[in-house]
Amino acid sequence: MAVIKETRRDRIFNGINLIIVTVCLLLVLYPLYFVVICSFSNPNSVAAGEVWLYPKDITLDAYKTVFENKDILIGYRNTIFYTIVGTLFNLALTLPAAYGLSKKNFMGRNVIMFFIVLTMYFSGGMIPTYLTVRGLGLLNTWWALIIPAGCSTYNLIVARTFFANGVPSEIEEAAIIDGCSTFRVFFQIVLPLSKALIGVLTLYYGVAHWNEYFRALIYLSSAREKVPLAQVLREILILNTMKATAGSSVDEEMALYYANLANLLKYALIIVSAAPLLVVYPFLQKYFDKGVMIGSLKG
Amino acid sequence: MNSVQSVSGQKSKTKRKSILKRLIRDYQLYLLVLPVIIWYIIFAYVPMYGLQIAFKDYNGALGITASPWVGFKHFQSFFRSYYAWTLIKNTVILAFYSMIASFPFPIILSLLLNEIKNAHYKKCVQTVLYAPHFISLVVLVGMLNLFFSPNGLIDNIRSLLGAESVNFITSPGAFRHLYVWSGIWQGTGWGCIIYLAALSGVDPGLHEAAMIDGASRLQRMWHINLPAILPTATILFIMNAGSLLNVGFEKAFLMKNDLNADTAYVISLYIYDRGIIKTDFSFSAAVGLMNNVINFFMVLIVNRIAKALSETSLF
Repeated sequence: MAVIKETRRDRIFNGINLIIVTVCLLLVLYPLYFVVICSFSNPNSVAAGEVWLYPKDITLDAYKTVFENKDILIGYRNTIFYTIVGTLFNLALTLPAAYGLSKKNFMGRNVIMFFIVLTMYFSGGMIPTYLTVRGLGLLNTWWALIIPAGCSTYNLIVARTFFANGVPSEIEEAAIIDGCSTFRVFFQIVLPLSKALIGVLTLYYGVAHWNEYFRALIYLSSAREKVPLAQVLREILILNTMKATAGSSVDEEMALYYANLANLLKYALIIVSAAPLLVVYPFLQKYFDKGVMIGSLKG
Repeated sequence: MNSVQSVSGQKSKTKRKSILKRLIRDYQLYLLVLPVIIWYIIFAYVPMYGLQIAFKDYNGALGITASPWVGFKHFQSFFRSYYAWTLIKNTVILAFYSMIASFPFPIILSLLLNEIKNAHYKKCVQTVLYAPHFISLVVLVGMLNLFFSPNGLIDNIRSLLGAESVNFITSPGAFRHLYVWSGIWQGTGWGCIIYLAALSGVDPGLHEAAMIDGASRLQRMWHINLPAILPTATILFIMNAGSLLNVGFEKAFLMKNDLNADTAYVISLYIYDRGIIKTDFSFSAAVGLMNNVINFFMVLIVNRIAKALSETSLF
């Protein structure tokens, strides 16, 4: 490759390219960074527009207010529950089905796949789905955010493609000749070979559960104690329902401080709600490319 | 079962037997798939059956099947309503603006990223660019509210430049731009993954040959790399067209307020208001069905156009 020397033109190209990409990087990074530094800054400094590149008058007041709020803590607990149980349910439904549908000796698999893929392009829509969930008696129960979210067609296709191409069929055939049942082949041979796939699906499903608010909005309308964090976030971030209490103080300076704090705690809340993802993000990163790659093989 | 067998003769009898044999032999395979089939029947096909309430006056006491038929009454009353054309206009503008504006960015960015030689820096940039994809819509809209309201980040920058304070969050004129460009901010990095994968599959021989012929980096990017990712881009474009009118209920719902409703009120929000809030199930199911059918035809049309233009198509 490196036989031909770079021309001056190419070096200029390199420089401009590097600048454009770096500008893109900063455009994405700065808003995120800004949220982080604001969450640690003094509310008055943020309101006055004095925070630009680093936190000013570092304080943890915003975080204290967030962790003193009962709604947030309950929402956090609920979201952890939905994410863990929901993702396990997703995997239990998706993985075996995708394996079965990837086998050529499965009669009628094309017909079944057709009816599954069709749902990506045509669906009953919001209202009939709502009536179905209501008819099943799932409204305002814990299951409302788990069972109706059971399977995503896109993820099912990703998994099926993986099983069809990613697992060497010789190993399975050898096991069957040795008298292994399909169940045993799947659970003891195929699944242990599919760690990359399980990682990708856990990531996709887990993030979807963590960020879910739409189903909570329509299915949990009168189950206050069961709403996930995203719903609480909506109330505080967008509907502005939360006020930082100034106690009994009537001091004007303090009142202003608390008014600004009510705004500032939103920055802290964003960080708190995204913290688990930020923690696992570096570990999951290797799965990103893989996931999209597996999915794009279909057809 | 018996009478069918005797009519259809010996040949199909043996065939049927072998099918039965295969079913019994592979029964565990079918057991693995059974739960998902049941799930799709309940959560995808039962609602599709329930769509018939769009042509009925749904009555909770009678149930879906026994409610009386009313034909196209709900469709007519939607099109006669004061809202109908505003809703359709808002939805279509937002959908097309979003699709057209956000489509080129991942292509351009992945072409540029692909030219970065320092692998470490490239990896670093990718890590940051993917991150917004995982931010929930609630947080994204929350950030928009913080940044674009008075005393927010944007306001502070404007005041540095000497411009007056504007509340973008409640401005009908700003809604579409905020919606689309925040989507671009969030989705461009993630959208690059698939193009970068396609670019890594480009035959290095092509580049070597072009270099020997004296092609510059820019020329090679334009004449080798861009054509290499066009088929992928076409497929993605068709798939986007299919969800065109499914204008994100979630994001529009979060961004809409009383003051920007002139542009922010889209069909899916109307379905929610009429269906879930006012429990006018039949009417809102009819509006949803209309939306759905248009979507379905959009895929077919865009697919046909793409086929004619580039010989790449989804089906």
